[in-house]
Amino acid sequence: MILIINICKEKFHYYEFVKPVEDILKNKGVKFFTKNYRDVAENDLKKAEKIIICGTSLKDFEYFNNLNKFAWLKTFEKPVLGICAGMQIIGLVYGGKMKRKTEIGFFIEDFREEFLGTIGKHEVYHLHNNFIDFKRLKEFKIVCFGDSVSQAVKYKNMYGVLFHPEVRNKKLIEEFCNGKFN
Amino acid sequence: MKLGVLFSGGKDSTYAAWLAKKEGYEISCLISLWSKNKDSFMFHTPAIELTKKQAGLMRVPLIIQETNGEKEEELKDLEKAIKKAIREFKIDGVVTGAVESVYQSTRIQKICNKLGIECFNPLWQKNQIEILKDLIKDKFEVIISGVAAYPFDRKWIGRKIDKKFVEEISRLQEKYKINPAGEGGEFESLVVNCPLFKKRLDVKLKNVFGEKNSWRGEFE
Repeated sequence: MILIINICKEKFHYYEFVKPVEDILKNKGVKFFTKNYRDVAENDLKKAEKIIICGTSLKDFEYFNNLNKFAWLKTFEKPVLGICAGMQIIGLVYGGKMKRKTEIGFFIEDFREEFLGTIGKHEVYHLHNNFIDFKRLKEFKIVCFGDSVSQAVKYKNMYGVLFHPEVRNKKLIEEFCNGKFN
Repeated sequence: MKLGVLFSGGKDSTYAAWLAKKEGYEISCLISLWSKNKDSFMFHTPAIELTKKQAGLMRVPLIIQETNGEKEEELKDLEKAIKKAIREFKIDGVVTGAVESVYQSTRIQKICNKLGIECFNPLWQKNQIEILKDLIKDKFEVIISGVAAYPFDRKWIGRKIDKKFVEEISRLQEKYKINPAGEGGEFESLVVNCPLFKKRLDVKLKNVFGEKNSWRGEFE
């Protein structure tokens, strides 16, 4: 069972940032349950085999003021995939600093090594105004680095992508859902 | 939150507007771009003048912005219209009917980001057959107003999106790899009735213009 975490302040953004991820899981027959980040309880974390933290809109920074709701990331050992703002949350919880950089639309990013089944150059969809400087976070391995920004990072079972794989890189999400992790 | 809907009168923007209302948002205005170029990259053009009547049936003010419909230049007209909506209707965000088109959605996202307002794309990445089925389920009466791809011909103009249509379009998707909801510009649609309208839009197909696999209806 996968826990999908919705971090959107506006409920109308669910359709754009959460439903496409749910649809990928549904199409692959993966069982999941979705919760707003404010409502995630201890029991949900126990029940979840893996967690996906979805992104949100360019103007939504509500999560930034509620990082305490993600403190569990520090000790959580099961696989987590953070998408865009979800990746930024992972970085912030680990002490990273947020920096300004707007990227909107298609970009080519180069994965120097295999990352959730993705390797080499791929077209990805970006929609963000900020990023986390993962170079300062020694625990994290930067697997994809483009235009001075960490685009894909990994630490133990924790994965983060700055782009939105639910748009053009659905296989990455499928690989996360179906992959075996230590 | 007050929202302005980028409105073409077709199925996607109208359905997006309906979802906004269903979720409890206030639709303060509709924003319609009337392109002189029938092959605009950004804007739907068949029967666009009917947005006036549709807005009346929805009892929602309509901002009409004319544009020459030239690539990239047309974005200045879009920005002008959104600025007007912010000024006159105090909107906090824009709703679009974008499904797959990164070309369109990226440009709208950039304008909204620049103007400091939210951008909502409630149909984003939605399965196109699911969109057609939802339209039928939610009592949207939609007809085809234009076609622009093989194997469509003039007989499709004025055809209603119903169960039979969905079955046929699914077969065409398999055979010709077309986008079943017309997201690749294969066809354009016109909403003649839906839960947002106070009554049915009274229109008749007057003429059909075109050739080969490219046809558009003229309605009155």
